[in-house]
Parts: sequence; structure tokens; C-alpha cells
Amino acid sequence: QQQHEDLSTKKLRLTKPSKSAALHVDLCKATSPADALQYLLQFARKPVEVESVEGVVRILLEHYYKENDASVRLKIASLLGLLSKTAGFSPDCIVDDAINTLQNEKSHQVLAQLLDTLLVIGTKLTENPSVRMRLVEVACKHLTDSSHGVRNKCLQLIGCLGTVEKGVAKEAENQAAKDVQKIIGDHFNDQDPRVRTAAIKAMLQLHERGLKLQQAIYSQACKLLADDYEQVRSAAVQLIWVLSQLYPESIVPIPSSNEEIRLVDDAFGKICHMVSDGSWVVRVQAAKLLGSMQQVSSHFLEQTLDKKLMSDLRRKRTAHERAKELYSSGEFSSGRKWGDDAPKEEIDTGAVNLIESGACGAFVHGLEDEMYEVRIAAVEALCMLAQTSPSFAEKCLDFLVDMFNDEIEEVRLQSIHTMRKISHNITLREDQLDTVLAVLEDSSRDIREALHELLCCTNVSTKEGIHLALVELLKNLTKYPTDRESIWKCLKFLGSRHPTLVLPLVPELLSTHPFFDTPEPDMDDPAYIAVLVLIFNAAKSCPTMPALFSDHTFRHYAYLRDSLSHLVPPLRLPGRKLVSSPVSPSITPHEDPSQQFLHQSLERVYNLQHLDPQGVQELLEFTIRDLQRLGELQSELAGMADFTATYLRCQLLLVKALQEKLWHVAAPLYLKQNALASTAAKQILEETYKMEFMYSGVESSQVVIIHHMRLQAKALQLIVTARTTRGVEPLFGMCEKFLQEVDSFQRCFISELPHMQGSFVDKLLDLMPRLVTSKPSEVVKILQTTLRQSTFLHLPLPEQLHRATASIIEPTGESDNPLRFTSGLVVALDVDATLEHVQDPQGTVKVQVLYPDGQAQIIHPKPADFRNPGPGRHRLITQVYLSHTAWTEPCQIEVRLLLAYNSNRSKAAAKVPKSSWSESLEALPQSDNGIEGTIPFSKPVKVYIMPKPARR
Amino acid sequence: MSYLSVLGLGAGAGQDVGRSCILVSIAGKNVMLDCGMHMGYNDDRRFPDFSYITQNGRLTDFLDCVIISHFHLDHCGALPYFSEMVGYDGPIYMTHPTKAICPILLEDYRKITVDKKGETNFFTSQMIKDCMKKVVAVHLHQTVQVDEELEIKAYYAGHVLGAAMFQIKVGCESVVYTGDYNMTPDRHLGAAWVDKCRPDLLITESTYATTIRDSKRCRERDFLKKVHETVERGGKVLIPVFALGRAQELCILLETFWERMNLKAPIYFSTGLTEKANHYYKLFITWTNQKIRKTFVQRNMFEFKHIKAFDRAFADNPGPMVVFATPGMLHAGQSLQIFRKWAGNEKNMVIMPGYCVQGTVGHKILSGQRKLEMEGRQILEVKMQVEYMSFSAHADAKGIMQLIRQAEPRNVLLVHGEAKKMEFLKQKIEQEFHVNCYMPANGETTTIFTNPSIPVDISLGLLKRETAIGLVPDVKKPKLMHGTLLMKDNSFRLVSPEQALKELGLTEHQLRFTCRVHIQDPRKEHETVLRVYNHLKGVLKDYSVQHLPDGSITVESILIQATAHSEDQGTKVLLVSWTYQDEELGSYLTALLKKGLPQSST
Repeated sequence: QQQHEDLSTKKLRLTKPSKSAALHVDLCKATSPADALQYLLQFARKPVEVESVEGVVRILLEHYYKENDASVRLKIASLLGLLSKTAGFSPDCIVDDAINTLQNEKSHQVLAQLLDTLLVIGTKLTENPSVRMRLVEVACKHLTDSSHGVRNKCLQLIGCLGTVEKGVAKEAENQAAKDVQKIIGDHFNDQDPRVRTAAIKAMLQLHERGLKLQQAIYSQACKLLADDYEQVRSAAVQLIWVLSQLYPESIVPIPSSNEEIRLVDDAFGKICHMVSDGSWVVRVQAAKLLGSMQQVSSHFLEQTLDKKLMSDLRRKRTAHERAKELYSSGEFSSGRKWGDDAPKEEIDTGAVNLIESGACGAFVHGLEDEMYEVRIAAVEALCMLAQTSPSFAEKCLDFLVDMFNDEIEEVRLQSIHTMRKISHNITLREDQLDTVLAVLEDSSRDIREALHELLCCTNVSTKEGIHLALVELLKNLTKYPTDRESIWKCLKFLGSRHPTLVLPLVPELLSTHPFFDTPEPDMDDPAYIAVLVLIFNAAKSCPTMPALFSDHTFRHYAYLRDSLSHLVPPLRLPGRKLVSSPVSPSITPHEDPSQQFLHQSLERVYNLQHLDPQGVQELLEFTIRDLQRLGELQSELAGMADFTATYLRCQLLLVKALQEKLWHVAAPLYLKQNALASTAAKQILEETYKMEFMYSGVESSQVVIIHHMRLQAKALQLIVTARTTRGVEPLFGMCEKFLQEVDSFQRCFISELPHMQGSFVDKLLDLMPRLVTSKPSEVVKILQTTLRQSTFLHLPLPEQLHRATASIIEPTGESDNPLRFTSGLVVALDVDATLEHVQDPQGTVKVQVLYPDGQAQIIHPKPADFRNPGPGRHRLITQVYLSHTAWTEPCQIEVRLLLAYNSNRSKAAAKVPKSSWSESLEALPQSDNGIEGTIPFSKPVKVYIMPKPARR
Repeated sequence: MSYLSVLGLGAGAGQDVGRSCILVSIAGKNVMLDCGMHMGYNDDRRFPDFSYITQNGRLTDFLDCVIISHFHLDHCGALPYFSEMVGYDGPIYMTHPTKAICPILLEDYRKITVDKKGETNFFTSQMIKDCMKKVVAVHLHQTVQVDEELEIKAYYAGHVLGAAMFQIKVGCESVVYTGDYNMTPDRHLGAAWVDKCRPDLLITESTYATTIRDSKRCRERDFLKKVHETVERGGKVLIPVFALGRAQELCILLETFWERMNLKAPIYFSTGLTEKANHYYKLFITWTNQKIRKTFVQRNMFEFKHIKAFDRAFADNPGPMVVFATPGMLHAGQSLQIFRKWAGNEKNMVIMPGYCVQGTVGHKILSGQRKLEMEGRQILEVKMQVEYMSFSAHADAKGIMQLIRQAEPRNVLLVHGEAKKMEFLKQKIEQEFHVNCYMPANGETTTIFTNPSIPVDISLGLLKRETAIGLVPDVKKPKLMHGTLLMKDNSFRLVSPEQALKELGLTEHQLRFTCRVHIQDPRKEHETVLRVYNHLKGVLKDYSVQHLPDGSITVESILIQATAHSEDQGTKVLLVSWTYQDEELGSYLTALLKKGLPQSST
């Protein structure tokens, strides 16, 4: 470094010798442009500290003027831009220099790059209007450049920085330069398509920045729709959409006639027209945007689904219309005859418009498009429009139903989801239902499940419809028995939605006979259960139905009510005592007896401050048992009950540990007996992590209690260690760490502290000044007494609490045939699991494979392996690669799912803002409570595998 | 003004559906588009009348190339006859799949005509082979230079595997010929696509000129539902098809449906021609639609899992099954045999996926006949269900309009359709796009005048000089420039006048106009000059007006001298002289001076 300082007398080099000096030396050493370029490339790989940025920039600029080679200048220009992005650096000081470099530059590429740099500088200095104005002026000056790249960048710059503050302009001559919209608009007719695109994009950029675009642009934009280049058309479609949202109610004339229409309608028609564009990129763009044009008039909207059919100049009805007619005339499914679709009325040839300028048939085309991207976009748009317009929803139903037979699964899935979203607006006709139900036989589980979801919220119009749905669902059940749960759930909703339609079907469904006794059906038959679920749910709001039940039905009801309580509702049955259903059907969740029970038992526990230790333990044990049972019975409360039970268990462990004999005897004698206390501490720690990360809906008031419990566990650990280890050296570190944790606890939860009167941490904080100064042995003593005297904190319960659960559907673990593969090679194991109430599964869920030799392997599934079939539910379908050295015999491995957590991600620490430079992340001090770990949250499944030795 | 002419040969090309053969003359090049035969005739009328082209003389000398759009016999059936029997040795262009499948169909057809019907005077197997040797295969979007001026380019057309539309271009005149095409994608083929090539003429088929078709999904769904129901009932389904095209479409449809719905009933395909063709479908995956192209890495869709080859004995097997059998109209062969076996059972079903000619069994049962008289006076009672499903792969009226919109042609010519229907479409096209539309009859020649733009080389110096004068060049507006057009050695060049003079070895002549203007002014000459000078200086502010020491005035390069009139001293004669280049300013000046000088205020 000394050497470098000698080389030159530049002031800035003294301030920051490391980076800039090195660069300077390198650049001076460079003999050829290629060398210089190499140095610059190397230099660019390392980040530059904020303080030295300016110095580096000066050196680069200095070199820039000397350099003859355009490629080096280009690199310097790009480096300038990169450097100005450095967080914390304000590029004010280099604006002038950067603008000056433009003056003598001949190379178009370098010029474009320099303008790009100016753009970066400008975006960092948006607060400074004078800089912005200067930059825009510079850009305007270069707009006449002959290179498209330069013009592109100029337009981009104007788009990002230009303003339209006219009145405030100081000088009159600036007035002309001010109207950026006009300047940009002039380039809509540039000869280069790339510049045209850039101009439109710049206009859109202006809009994004909140400037109101002028309506005059609309006609210009419309002309661009006929451009030869797809990127121009695509951008123009966007611009038209933006304008239609800005001026929906303006009136525009229709060319070649005297009529006028609303601008939004006109724009809608134009965008519809683009749905049959030659380029699929434009088609996707257009189809997507259609969905968000909700102000459009309804008759325009309905035209999008209209495609007048004709055959030999005679009007023909669409298959949809025919189906509707057949349905209304009462002879459905007569089968089509030859000539059934024969055209009827003559068409006035003049009235048929083959390519309408209007919206005609846009969706019909979009849904039949060659590219599935367009079809998906069209389905999405249909969905959005149908959500706002019930009449449109009714009309588009036929088309959506048709999409259920698309060749691409994604499209089918999307249309099923769409249908579900608009289901509140529609009632399915029988023929439509028929088509919908046909999809139940699809071999893809995703599709079937989506369809079940759909059926849950569909309205069916007739009792035949219900019957049809039931029959098809039962068929589905026999074909794919794994769908059981999903089908039952589906029937539950179907029943409760259509009680009156189910009523006339009951005798047939239960196969009861007025005179004869029919045999009692098998209670374990999933199909029978399915029928019962439908009937019981319908019976809930239809008091006359139970009269139709036979004796065994009542028995089965009692059984199902107990075993499948989430599917079978409480019923008021005549002459029977209701097992658990209250007299009033309209109960709020808070008055629910089970909820009450939960709260009562918790109350009881919280009041136990003054009981003797033995009594405390017993009460805790009983309560935990009660809660667990409650969780099993009431699935809605399972999360809540589990959560509290875990908390109580922690408390129980703590109480037990503190009652050890250990504490009364001199330390060295009880080395062996510390086992219980230290395992208790460890277990409490584990449980607290589970509480914090496995439940969704945990609020900060719970988090603080959890952390408090963890703190207690750590204190316990410290005391146990102090008691059992000889010498004080290890204690120093531990004490210090513990005190740090207390400190950070205080920092994180300062707002919650007032609620924690008399708790462990409360007392600890009172004693804090003393603790900091005292020796480890004293600290331990203080901790011990505080821990014993501290009170039990109430755990407030949130509204909703769900435990993350996972169940592995595949592999089933029942196969006796080992999976054979050659050792050293890999075998792929398909894993299929459902996850419930997992937040951010992509980041947290891992698959663990345990080999018999104790070797464990953790696999991170790809984000794309997770699907989201419904709120709070996820499905993981992935492949796990297994490999091992040769075994002599087949053996079982265990596969399970893990929930990874990282306390950095916890709610308390989430507020730390992330820095933009990835490099600077390294510099961040590692958070002191950054503990990572995993919680197993599914039952392990055993898979039989057999790696064979390789044959030679 | 230039022209190109189109001549429809033979029954199909003009206003009839039957066979296609069109002759296009474009900028002196003659191209034959398609070479089809008429399936309805068994005599000479089945082939186009090639003597029409050249009364005498060899075809090879007259035609520059032949283009075949796809492998259907009404588009390529007369090819061996044309090349081997009439005699044509020039290049024949078609796409790779067409080249592969075309000989199979020709051979099959030859067998039926010669071996079965015993006709003579027909082309032989060897002729087909020789003919195929003359074929040059082209890729999609590949520009093929036929000779120095003529180039052709193929676009995707849907319709059948390997079907293409061709752009024929000579200089800046071009024609697009569509062949048969389909604008709505189906289960195994994509939609036709053409770029905005703005040809002078678009020759398009118009089979469905007056039809707007329903969504294909309804048709597909109906078809699948019917098959599914019958199979579930335990019935057998017979689908009579032609070997290529729709057969594959239906196979894919059923195959994917079986796959999706996990069905187990067997599907059979009658062997022979179809099997051979399926082989090519497997190979030419790039010519199929998005779905098949994307998934073929996992599984080639044409490697059917559920569809197996049919054996005669299978027809008697119990249980449900689906059978595809040829021919499509139930008039002979395997499909008829199976039909006779199954017709008696009401559980069974026959689905006719296409049009049936009058007189065939297919037509009879479609029109509702339940008792059929077979050969040998047997009466066959048809109890099975009869269904009709149309799966056509032609563009409907909307599709045709859409293609015209994509290509933006200056003229449209309709072929391959019925006159009455074409009339309607013609009217629509003229009304919507404001372009001329033609629909010639057979043997009628249509001449279309074009306005070809003629490219001219311009010297860079001149271009730079001229652009420097004006503002930034704007493509959308024509620009006026001064220069000399040199036509030398069959090339056009625009150069500056100086250069032209130099190149042609000419000396430059100066053209000067002089004009005398009489002014009443009694003063001395030099005073008059001074007055004129002041006047001009006052009026022409932007020009350099100079008073030279020899008593003359120059305005730019225009010279003004004043002399006293020889007779009348009170009249001064102003001599104004300017060169041809300054004509504008010169005439303005004289007009100004003629008005006289203003009365001096002093």
C-alpha cells in the first residue's frame, strides 16, 4: 500500500487505498485493450465498499477518456452503472461527469451503455428534479441518433424519469421539451420496431409511475395494433388496456360510421380482435388482459362467446344451444341422428359478418387455440369476468365445461378451479353436470380432487342431478379407493346444500321398502358410508327425513357420528337423546361445549399456584390426558388442544425437574441422577420449537410465552451443568450466553413484558444488574431460586390454531416385494404426501430417508413438486433417489417428512430488513439465536429395498 | 405494370371439389401447383389435361417447377402420370412427410385400379419410384431457390401430416398457394400459420366457404361419450375410416381418453396401409401439434398403448371393443365385413366420421335405412346404433378470413369449392378487406395486374447528401430527391448528376436564362442600381444580396445589371440572368422587379 501511495498524489487514493489504487495500477499496467478488459472484468467480480466508490469512479472516468478501444469503454460504462447501484452511495457527485462522457462518444454501443448508466443514476436520484430534468434533456438530445440501441435507451430514460409538470417550468424554452408524452408518442412511428416497442414501454412506464396518460394517445396506439412486429403489437395491447382503464367512459367514434361508443368497449373489441393474432405471444397477452376489463358493457361481453354458426348459408344452432333445447323440451340424451344438426333458417348473406371488428367469438377462439398458454390465459380471463358478472358466468358455463376435456392436464385443472371460483353464480344443468362428472374417472388425482372441491360448492338443479352425481362419485370410489376421504367430504357438502333434492331420493338410496325388511348393509363399505354421509347432511336441515330411516340407519348414525364426527353432523332424531348436540342449533363457536371444556380445564390449571407439588403434577397429567382426548374427538379443536397440551407438558417436565432430589444434596455426589433433569431440559427445548413452528396461526402473544418457556429450559440446563461439572471455566461461557439470551428476549418482546408480572423473566430482569457483575456460581444460585419461585404463565389462545400435519400416501409401506436395484446406482422412489396447515412448504418441508445402518439422508423437494389444491392444504408429489452399497438381504428403510425451521425466520426476527447486495449479507452479524433444526411431522413409512451387488 | 396469370386445370382446380391442378405464371416463370386426380372417373378424365399447357413442345421446357401441397390423391394422384407418361423432368417440390407418404398412397391406389379392376394404361410401380426420384423435399420456412429468380417457401398448413402452403416469389412479386388447410388445431396437428408476407395473390381453397363450424370440443366430447357409453354397456364400436389423416386423429383422441379414464376395453386398428403410415407419423413429430411435440420425450403419442393391430378373428371375440377399419364409406373391404357381423346387435354402434357418397352402405344407413339388401339377395337388418360425427380438417369461412387477415394479400383467388358458395365468400372478402377476389372456372385464365416496385441502387454519397438536407428519414412517408437515373447493363442506379456525366463521358452544359426588365427611373445608372440593391436587400432578408464593385448585383448566383436605355434615358434596363438550377429564385426576382421599385421615401 505504501508503494501505491507513492505512485500518484491523488487525494482520494489516500482515503481508500485498497480498491481504487489496485484498479489504477492494473489499468496503468495494461498494455493492450484486451488486458485492460481482463482487469476490468476481474474487478467487476468483487464488490466495492461504499466509501471507495467515488474514487473508483474517478479512476474509471480518467481511464475512459484515454481509452481508444470501444469495448473497454463499454465495460467502463457498464461498471459505472454497476457502481452507482452500490447501496448507500449517492451518485450526485458523478452526474456531471457521466453526462460529459456522452459528449464526444462516437460508438453507438458505448453511447447506449452510458445512457443506461445515466438511467441507473437517475433512478437513484428520483428525488432530485433538476438532475432528472437534465437527464431527460440529454436523452431528448440523443433521440435523433441513428442507432436503435441509443434511441431505445433514451426512450427508456425518458419513461423512467420524465414528468409532465408544465406549469412549474421556469423557462419558456423548456416548455417544449417538457411534454414527454408527445416526445415518446412521436417515436411510435419510428422505423425500427425495437424503438417502437421501447416507446410504448416508456409510455407504460410513465403510467406506472403515476402520470396520467393523455387520451390522444389512444388512436395512435390503435394503429400500432396492426404493426408487423409481434413485440410492438404485444406492447400496444398493453397500452390500449391501460388507456381503457384510465378513460373507460370517454366516447370514441367508430370509423366509417356515425356511431360512437365508450372507449372501454372499443378497446375491448380491439383486444378481442388480437386474440386471433398471428403470434401466440400477442394472443396470450390479449387473452390475459381481457379478464381485467370489467367495466365493459354486458352485450359486448356476451358477444365474446357468440360465434354464429352456419352451414351452406343457413343458420345453424350450436351444440350448446341444441343441448339446452333438448334439456328444456324434456328429451335429454336422445342421441344424435344424421342430420339432427341440419341447418334451419336461411341467412341473410349481407348480415353475416365473418370477421367482426367487434368482440365476436374472442373467447371461442381463445379456448380453441393451438397453444395451451393461450387457452389457460383465456380460461383465467373467463374466470375473472364471470366473477363480476353473473349473467356472463351463466353463459360461459358451457365453454368451461368443454374445457374439462382439454388434452393438456394443466388446462383441465385450471378450468375446474375456475368453475369452482364462479360456482356461487351458477347452477349446473343436467347435461353440463353429466360432462363434469365424466371427468371423475380421470386417472390424475389432482383433477379428481379439484373436481371434488368443485362439487362441494356447486348448485345442482334437479334430484336426478344429485342422483347422477352420487352414482358417479361411487363409481369413482370403486375405481380409485384412495379418494375415499375426498369423496365423503364432497358428499357432505352436496347433501347439506341440497336437502330438498335429496329427500325424495332417500328410500331409493337406503333401499328401504314399505313392506319388506331389506338386509342391513355392511357398515364398513365405503360406498355405504358415502351414501349415509350425503343423507345425514341433508337431514340436518330437513327434519322430515329421519322418518324415512330404518332402525339400522339410526344405529349406523350413532356409530358414524362418533367415528367420523367431522363428516356427520349432529341430528335431532325423534325419540332419542342427543349425544352431543345442543338443543339450540345456532350456537356460536365460543359457546360450543367442547370449547368451553377446553377453557375450563385450562382455567383450572392456571389456578394451581398454591397446591402442593404432588397435586400440581397430578392435575397437569390429567389435564394433558383430557386435552389429548378432546383433540382426537373434535377435529376443529385438535390444533388448539394439542398446542395447550404441549405447553402443559413442558410445564410438567419443568415442575418434575425442579423437584429432583438433586437440588438438596451436595453437587458432586449426584452425578448420575441428573439424567432426568437434563433430559427434561432438552425435551422442553424440543417441544418449544414444535410449538413455535408447527402450528399455523400462532400470534406474538403465544410466541413470547414459548420463548419464555425456552428461556426457563435453558436456565435449567445451566443449573444442571453447574451442578454436575467440576471447575468454573465452562460455566463462564454458558453464563454469558444465557445473559445474552435474556437480553435479546427483552429486546424482542419489550412490548409484552408488562403482561408477564411475576414470571421468571420478570424477576430475572429485576436482578439483571446484579447478575451481570456476579460470578457464575452466584448466577446459578440466583437462577435456581428464581426458577423455583416463578409463577406459571397463562397461555392465551388465538382464534384459530392448526397443527401442521402430513401423511404419506405413497409409498404405502405394505409391499413385500423389495425394490431391487444395482448397488452404486440410484433408484427413484415416488413419494406422494398431503400436507395440511404448513406455511411456505416449499421452503420448509424436507424428506428424510433413514437407512438401516443409521445413515440418514435429507432431500429437499423442488418447489414445483408442491401443489396447492385448496386453502391450507398442499400436496407433495416428488421423487426421492435412493442409493446404497450392496446388501445381502432386503431390508427396510424409513421415509418421513421433516419440517425444517430456522429461528431467524421466526416472527420475532422477521423484521430485520434484508440488504440488497448479496455480498453484504455475509457481513451481517450472525443472529445470536439462529438455531436451525427439523421436526419430524409425519409417520414414518417403511420401504423394502434391496441393493444388489453389481454383476461383472 | 406487370401481371401474373392463373390457370385452373381440370375439374378440381376451379369451382369444384375433385382434383387440384393450377398453373401460375408469375414474372415469366411457370409453376404448377398440385397435380391431382379425380377419384370419380375411371377414364382419361381422371387426370388433368396437360396438353392444355403446351400445345406441342416439352413440358419440362415450359414449366419451371411443380409444387405438391400434401399427399391426398386429389392433390398428387396424377403425378406419376404427369412426370413419367406425359414426360416432365424438372424439379418437383414437396415436404418431407409428403414425400414419404405419397408413394404409399399412390402404390395402394395403383394396386386397386390395376390389379383389382384390371385397368391398363395406368402408371406402374416403377413409374412411381422414378417419379419420386425427381422430388426435392423442403423444410418448413426454408427458402428454396428454384433458379436464380424463382424462390419458394413452405408454411405449416395443418390438414394432414406434412400439408404445407407455399409462397412462390419472383423478384418482388409473390403468390401464396394454400393447398388444403385447417385453422383450428386438432388432437394431432396444429393450426395453419402464415406470416404477414403480403403476397400479390393468395390462392386459397374454399371447401367450407359458407360454413362456420361449432367448437371442436363439443364434437369430440360427443364422440367420446358415445364410444364410452357403448363400451361400458359391453357393446362393440365400429369406426369406418380412411387410412390417413382423420384415422390418426381419432386414434389419438381415443388413446388419450383411454389413458385418462383408465379404460381397459381393447381398441383395434385394421392393419396394412394404416400401420405403414403410422410409422411415418411417429417419425415426423415436428409436424404435429404442441402437445405431441412436448410429450414425445416421455412417450411418442403415436406409439399407441391401447390400440393394437386387428386380426380378422377378433371380430367374433366376446366383450366390448372398438375397431377402426377401412374403407370409410362401408362400401367394401374389412369395414363392411365387420359391419355385417355386428349389425344385428342393438348394443353395438357404428360411427361414421365423414361424408359418404350416395350409393354406399354408409350413405344408406346414415339416411336411416334399417334393412339393407346385400349381394346374394340377403337382407341385413341393422339393429346397431348409427351415429354421424363430422371431423373435417378444412378451414371454415372464419378460418379462411383469418388466413387472409394474417397474410394481407393484394388479391385473393378462390379455388376448390362450389361456385355458389364461393360467390358468398368472394363478396365477404371484398367487403371486409377491400381487395379484389376472383373465382375462375375450370380452364379459365385469370390475369391479375400487379404494381411491382422496382429496386434501384443509389450511390451512398447521393443518399447522404440528400438525407442531410431533410430531417430524419421517415419510412412511412415517401421522400423526394434529386438525382440521375442510370439504366445500364440491365441494372438501375440512382447517382448524382456529376457522377452520371462523368460515367457517360458527357460534358456539362449550362443553361442560363436572361431577362430584361424595364424600369422607369430618371436617375443615374449607379443610383438605380443602388435603389434596386436596397430594395432587394429589404425584401430578400434570408439571401445574400451583394453589390459588386463593377456595378452589378448578385442575389446568390443570380446576376443583375442595369444599363440605360439606348433611346430613352429615363428608362433603365435591368438585365437579370440565372442558371437553370436557380429557376425558382430567378423567376421570383423578375416578377418582383417587374412590379417596379417602391417610391423612395426620401
